[in-house]
This record gives sequence, structure tokens and C-alpha cells, in this order.
Amino acid sequence: MRVALFVTCVNDALYPATGIATVRLLERLGVEVDFPPAQTCCGQAQYNTGYRHETEPLVRRMGTVFEGYDHVVTPSGSCAAMVRENYPRIARRAAAEGRGDGLGAIADSLVPRVHELSEFLVDVLGVTDVGAYFPHTVTYHPSCHGLRTLGLGERPRRLLEAVRGLELRELPGAEECCGFGGTFALKNPDVSAAMGADKADHALATGAEVLCGADSSCLMHLDGILRRRGSPLRPLHLAEILAATEGEPHV
Amino acid sequence: MSGTFVGMPAFPAAARDAVHDPTLRATLRHATHTIRDKRARAVAELPDWQRLREAGKRVKDHTLRHLDRYLLQLEESVVLAGGTVHWAADADEANRIVADLVKATGEREVVKVKSMATQEIGLNEALAAEGITAYETDLAELIVQLGHDRPSHILVPAIHRNRGEIRDIFRAEMGAWGRPAPDGLGDSPAELAEAARLHLREKFLRARVGVSGANFMVAETGTLVVLESEGNGRMCLTLPETLISVVGIEKTVPTWRDLEIFLQTLPRSSTAERMNPYTSMWTGTADGDGPSVFHLVLLDNGRTDTLADEVGRQALRCIRCSACLNVCPVYERAGGHAYGSVYPGPIGAILSPQLRGTTSEIDASLPYASSLCGACYEVCPVAIDIPEVLVHLRERVARQGGPGHRVEKAAMKAASWAMDRPAVLAAAERAATRTRRLHLARLPGAGAWTAERELPRIPEKSFRDWWKEREE
Ligand code: SF4
Repeated sequence: MRVALFVTCVNDALYPATGIATVRLLERLGVEVDFPPAQTCCGQAQYNTGYRHETEPLVRRMGTVFEGYDHVVTPSGSCAAMVRENYPRIARRAAAEGRGDGLGAIADSLVPRVHELSEFLVDVLGVTDVGAYFPHTVTYHPSCHGLRTLGLGERPRRLLEAVRGLELRELPGAEECCGFGGTFALKNPDVSAAMGADKADHALATGAEVLCGADSSCLMHLDGILRRRGSPLRPLHLAEILAATEGEPHV
Repeated sequence: MSGTFVGMPAFPAAARDAVHDPTLRATLRHATHTIRDKRARAVAELPDWQRLREAGKRVKDHTLRHLDRYLLQLEESVVLAGGTVHWAADADEANRIVADLVKATGEREVVKVKSMATQEIGLNEALAAEGITAYETDLAELIVQLGHDRPSHILVPAIHRNRGEIRDIFRAEMGAWGRPAPDGLGDSPAELAEAARLHLREKFLRARVGVSGANFMVAETGTLVVLESEGNGRMCLTLPETLISVVGIEKTVPTWRDLEIFLQTLPRSSTAERMNPYTSMWTGTADGDGPSVFHLVLLDNGRTDTLADEVGRQALRCIRCSACLNVCPVYERAGGHAYGSVYPGPIGAILSPQLRGTTSEIDASLPYASSLCGACYEVCPVAIDIPEVLVHLRERVARQGGPGHRVEKAAMKAASWAMDRPAVLAAAERAATRTRRLHLARLPGAGAWTAERELPRIPEKSFRDWWKEREE
């Protein structure tokens, strides 16, 4: 089984610990992970801001970079959703506008092979207990694209519930958007911050030590709000919790 | 669309006041959360909900694809049943038709059934300019009208008002419009409803002209359908001598049988009821029963333009249930007024810029008034993929350019250029890392970000560099 890590541009530049944890976790489970260095970004920010044409070269790059891998794993629900939901759309529209050359084939080939991390663990590897140890109280925020576009359902929670030492606390209003939404956070800063403040309040009300999510961009937004308040609640990516063991605890 | 919203500021500015008004936010939050929870329970009762949703979507799509044919069939059926059909290309034409019809009756006042289409064209204001007074008879519309206010929700136009405010409005304003509020009016729902009932009854019994919209029009029979909860609509539809219905052309369904789908999905999606209390249907005129004169004004007002857009046309499937408003986290914080249209919330964000075009500041900002969380798509009973249309309209706005978009376009192009060159990306990451304590606050957009959030910390090393070192 040839597995490639699609780390995503946000994780690469701002949250390398998420990528490192994903690699450690997968290797511990016996998966041989490759990181093709020619990868960059899925084009989500451009696409969602209305620059569809600008994403076409990135779709092509994703196709070339991940050609030949049985599976592409990414620790980002929204980037996985971008490929699965929007690549076929981009290809269809490009073809209708006479720029189709090969984009449809790239989308068709990528869609079934791209998996968000929890999907890969549960559906492809068939594990829910990944042998992690994390003796802390945790509350989980399911990001919108993982929740609604990918339909991750209970997968992330089942993984967390199997972690030894971890106590999972219910997050009130878990399914509500945190207010990040890519460029939405910049274009509508007041509404975005109000949504984030409510999410932070709910997370704090659980009394948990850690706010877990599976999308670094949402966590970045929430981390920004929590740090501004001087709150001790720590946002952590799911991969980092699942990578932690007794021998190699998360610090 | 209605002139009352012309010159509105862009959405972010319009939303700012609402976001920072704690009373308004609490009122909106309470109202939307109550109704969304009830809706979820009402929908969960139907095991075939997803199939009903798919069926509703298909009926609407089919009708839209053959709308020209169904509209002609509708016209024929209405005329055969004794009605008269008028075609209105835009708001001005529709308003003129209605004003002329009212004047021909010699009347100076009309009673109204709550209708989005007449709000969209600003009918009340247009009639007032001709010396005709239009009385809203829906309780929430009455509150908005008496309060010299604008509707803030499709179904509950006065959602932004609490009981105390409503009592004050009734006390201060009812007298000028007819029967005044009873002395010592309190703010209990029963007292407020009774005051409205007494005030309105007088209007129903006096009025000789009624104006309505319709939820559906059946092409094969020429039947119009209104679903409502209070019974005021039934009064307006049956007591006057003349009935004028102004309806958007997209409200057509081919057959009587198609109604079965929507009579299940609409009430559950909007008021979370299994069935709405009043469903009124009328087909032309009948001797000695209901209005003796019936006019149907078929309204285009941007709809055929919307129909021409392959991605955007799905917005015309909308049955105005308002479920998308009630689940929308942006609507919940920004309130309905910020959308600058009678169609607020997610559906407003895709419908208004299509009906009105994207040239005004408010219309160009509406496609961005969403975090694309997808909750609206999930609840929509006719499966309108609102996020898809939002992104599609963003493309239109971005291409047309305008304030902010030139810089943005350059940034997006630059990003795509760099992202297509991994070596450039790696170099940029290294540069950021080296100077990580210095420059982040100067990034474009950092100002908006940092008002209420800290910026992310730049790590010591990118993932790419960690991997490279590990491989060596
Ligand atoms: S878009 Fe869908 S959910 Fe929103 S009002 Fe229309 S029918 Fe209802």
C-alpha cells in the first residue's frame, strides 16, 4: 500500500506539528508514509473566494503529485472536502468553457483516493484504538466541512473515546460553525469573531483542558480568540492527540 | 426590488451594529434556536423526508426547465376559471398594474395577506404614493408596519422585536391606523394577540379589495394556494369583492398532485408543524362565493435572468420556508436587516444579487456573507446547494472587480503562482520563519484579523523542512 501525506499549506507553514504527528501516528500503525515535496495547496482559499480559474493549475498539480499512490491522507477535513466536492465541479466547468484537457480524469482519479485522517484510520485501516495515551480532559469541535461535506459522523469521536486516559466532554452546540470560513474571517470580521466567541464560550464551559479539532484553520481562529482572552484552554489537532503515547507523550 | 433598501452599506458594515447589540443578539438567538430544534423534530417524524426533498427538487427543476410552457398553461386555466392575467416584467410595471386595478374599483384601501412578492416590489409604498392605503393583516407584518420598520425574517418578520417592544408599538401606533390598543395593554402573548385581532377585524369587514401573493400556482387547474397560520389570510382571500394576487413566475407547479409534496415539506420546514392551520386555495371566481373579480399579476423582476444562469437558477426552487435562516450562524448574529433586502439569510444572499444584479455595494457583498458551513443546504427542503451558488456568485463579483477586488485578485493570482512552484513556497516559508517575530502584523488583512484575535505564531521550521532533514 503506497500512502502519501497531503499535509496542506496551512499545516506546512503554520502547524508543522500536525503533519509530524500524522506521520508518527501512521508509521506507528505500520503504514509507510511518503511526502511528495512537489505538493503545495488544494486551492480552497482561491476557489471559495471566487477565483475558480486560478485553482485549475493547482488541481493539475495535485493530480501529478499524487499520481500512483493508493491513498492520499490529509489531516484536514476542509481540504479533503475541497477535492471531493469541488474538483469534479471545477473540471466540469472548465470542460464546458473549453479548458477541459485532463482535469476531469484528474478529479475522477483523486476523489476516491483522498481521505481525511479519521476516515483513513477507521475506513481504510479499520482501527479505532490507535494505541494512544493522553491523560487529559478533551472536548471535540467537528468542523463544518468534515461534518457536513464529508459526513465524518462519529469517526473522530470514536477514535478519541478509545484513547487511554482521555476523558471526552460533550461540547454544547458542537455542530455550529466556529466562524472561520477562510476569507470570511477577514471579509466579515465582526460576525466571524462573534461566532468564534460563542464557540470559545461553549468550549470553556465544558471545563476541558484541550479543545480538539481536525482542521487546523478552524483551530487557528479559535486559538487566536482564546489567546486574546488569556485562556488556558489549549486547541490541539486530532492527529496530535492520537500520536501521543506513554513513551512519547504530547508536550 | 424595493426601493427602500437602495443605498444600503455593504453587509459587513450593516452587520456590525447587530453583532454588537446584546439584546438583539439574544432575541435572535432564542428565536432561531427554538424554531430550529422544533423543525428538526418535525422533520425526523417523516421516514421518507430525504425522498420528499428529492421529489420537491425534481418537480421544481422540471417546472423551471419548461417554465414558458407551464406559464401559458397557467394563464389559460386562470382565464378559463374567470380570472384575468397580467404580466409584469419588473417592479414598476407590477406596481402600476395593481394601483390601476385598485383605482378602477373606486377604493382607497386594501387589506393584505403577507406576501414576499409584494414586499419585493415595494407595493405598499407605491400604493401610498397613489393615495391608497395597504393594511398588513399578518400579526408580525402588522408589527413591522405599525413600527415603521422593515421585516427581518421571511416567516417571522418581527423576529427582532421582543414582547415589550411590541406592546409599546401597539400602544403608540394602532390608533392612527384604526381601532386603538385597549387601555392598559400588557405584554402577554394573549393580550397582544387579542389587541391585534380586534384591530384587524374592523379592517377585514370593511375592505372591498384584497391583495395577496401565493405559495403555489397549479398550471393544470389555475389554482392558487396560500399556506398560513393565523386565519387572517383566509379572511382577506374570501371577504373582499376584488382579489389581486401578485406572484413570482417561479411559484408554478404543473399539477394538483405535485402539491402533496410541498404541503408536507413546507409546514414542517417553516413552522415545524405537521400541517399548517390554514390552507386556502382558489381557482378563478365562483358565483356567490368569495371575490367576484380575480386578477393574477405574474411577476418576473429578475427571474428570467436568474433562470438563465446554470448554477444560480436553483435559487428559484425556493419555497420561502425560512429554514435556512433559522440554522444560519451568520443570520443569527447579523440579523435580517443587514441583508438589505426582503429576502434575508442564506437564501437572500443568493437570491437578491441575482434578482437585482451585483452592481450595488450591498449586492456585491452578499455572496460573501457566509462562512460556507453548509447548514443551510442541509435543511433546505428543495435541496438548494446554497454554498455552491454563493461561491459561484463570488466569482461573478470578483470578475466584475470593484473596491477591494483588484488587490484581492492580485493576491490570489500571486498565491496560485507561488503554489504552483514548491521551491518558491519553501523559500517563502523559510523567509517567514527567519523573520517570524517581525512582520506578521503587516500582512494584508491582519488588521481585521487582530481586532479580536491573536495572529498565529510562526513555527521555527516548516513541515517540509522537517521532512527534508529527516530524509537526509
Ligand atoms: S432556500 Fe430552502 S431553506 Fe431557504 S427559504 Fe428557500 S426553501 Fe427554505
